[in-house]
Amino acid sequence: MENILQEIGIDNYIYLSALLFCVGAFGVLYRRNAIVMFMSIEIMLNAVNLLLVAFSTYHQDAAGQVFVFFSMAVAAAEVAVGLAILVAVYRNISNIDIDNLKKLKG
Amino acid sequence: MNTLIAIAGLGIVCLIAEIFNLRKAIVPVTIIGLMAILGLTVNDYFGLGLDSANTERTEAFYNNMIVNNSYAMAFTGLFIVLTIFLVALTPEFHKNHKAKLSDFVAIKLFLLAGAVAMVSFGNLAMFFLGIEVLSIALYVLAASEPKNIKSNEAGMKYFLMGAFASGILLFGIALIYGATGSFDNTAIYAAVLTGNLPGWFFMGIVMLSIGLLFKIAAVPFHFWAPDVYQGSPALTTATMSTLAKVAAMAAFFKLMSNLNHTVPGAYITIIIIVSILSMTVGNLMALKQDSVKRMLAFSGISHAGFMLMVFLNPMVMKGVLLYYAAAYALAGIAAFAVILYVTSGKENEDVYQFNGLGKTNPLMAAVLTCSLLSMAGIPIFSGFFGKFFLFENVLENGFVYVVIAGVINSIISVGYYFKLILAMYNKDATGEAVKVPVSYSIVAVAAILLNLAIGLYPDAVLHLIK
Repeated sequence: MENILQEIGIDNYIYLSALLFCVGAFGVLYRRNAIVMFMSIEIMLNAVNLLLVAFSTYHQDAAGQVFVFFSMAVAAAEVAVGLAILVAVYRNISNIDIDNLKKLKG
Repeated sequence: MNTLIAIAGLGIVCLIAEIFNLRKAIVPVTIIGLMAILGLTVNDYFGLGLDSANTERTEAFYNNMIVNNSYAMAFTGLFIVLTIFLVALTPEFHKNHKAKLSDFVAIKLFLLAGAVAMVSFGNLAMFFLGIEVLSIALYVLAASEPKNIKSNEAGMKYFLMGAFASGILLFGIALIYGATGSFDNTAIYAAVLTGNLPGWFFMGIVMLSIGLLFKIAAVPFHFWAPDVYQGSPALTTATMSTLAKVAAMAAFFKLMSNLNHTVPGAYITIIIIVSILSMTVGNLMALKQDSVKRMLAFSGISHAGFMLMVFLNPMVMKGVLLYYAAAYALAGIAAFAVILYVTSGKENEDVYQFNGLGKTNPLMAAVLTCSLLSMAGIPIFSGFFGKFFLFENVLENGFVYVVIAGVINSIISVGYYFKLILAMYNKDATGEAVKVPVSYSIVAVAAILLNLAIGLYPDAVLHLIK
């Protein structure tokens, strides 16, 4: 693993995960389908996981990989709650388009 | 450490009690349990003591995952007190959904566990877990009325914004790890002191700050707050605007005073801009709101702006942050206890619902008036002293324009707080007077008395943090 990291360079890993993170962020900002937005959030979190693993190898330190387990577990819990909310929304408006949620205004 | 385990254990006990048909015992047992945990925290606090060099001693557990110091213990105490109030309000608020009572109480306890982890972390992993436990509990609570489309919308918006913010925060943590090679606070601090850090580190701090500014709802990351506060069930709004906001603020402060040793100038400028913007935008938007929940959401944004001022002198202002947070949160609890009473069974939370409350129910009207005066910063209430200590310390550091903005904003805020007070005393009641549930009046009076007490004896709270 070390040799591969040295050949590619840590910078490129950072660029890749920053790019993935931006893909996710723009997905959340531009897409209007709630499921696609969830997927975009997952892409953001996985970009971070990739970065953590790359840094973990870079520093020769296992803590980063352990942190990835935490963040995966948290992401799973988060999505479970998110999907439950989504189901509740679908039951009420038979639709999962975010633009239909406009009841709250001031 | 024991505090955290005991709180999580109490939450599990709540869930098990439901299985064994002990529903009636859940709330009393939880409140007594929380008081016992408060006693444990106080005991731990006095057990810390000072070491020979007269500096504060800290206790670390589990490879420095949890660090107990006076900052963590003092805020833990505040969170537990707030949770006791919130749990006491729960059975009356959910009286139509008795079967779900254990869930609501247990989720509040898990939320408290998250909040405690957020202030007593010694490792960024613990901090991340804490903030996620707090947030996920709040997503559930915000969407806890599945048949109500407003609650759905609030839950959905809160979830999307919260998860987005968590992603940004996590990216910040990853970059800080990359720069320093550790998640441990002391190791990061040591790495910061060497001053030899790659550029990612500062990007990491900025992303971490953005994630936390989302959580405390400071301008320009505040847009979710009014909608979520308005749509959520009123008790959840109370939880968000008191416990969750104070916890996020305390965690933000702890994190930044730890990481930010070498980043003065530019970062302080950004904090000043965010602080002034939060105060101004929050107050100006609150002026034109009809819904009381929405108004308190904007008021919460402006209070976040006030609390951000503590960053201008982090070494001295820890105590001021605790004091301001306690004053704001206790006033918030008292106000929400009255709001829960007035709006129970009503369709909306508009100001006209409060018409004539001064005549139909003088006690509740008096409590709401006191809590609003405290938030506005009128003397003898602790809100005034909170602002006073804040402005005094900021002035000492020479940030005169921040104080001027703060004072102007305090004046603006009187406008919308008095809108509600005038509605209570100058207008005639529209509906019939409903009897006040005992738990609401006890919580309202107890919270406002505590608020008055720390206003009369500010030293008791101000010097808790060494």
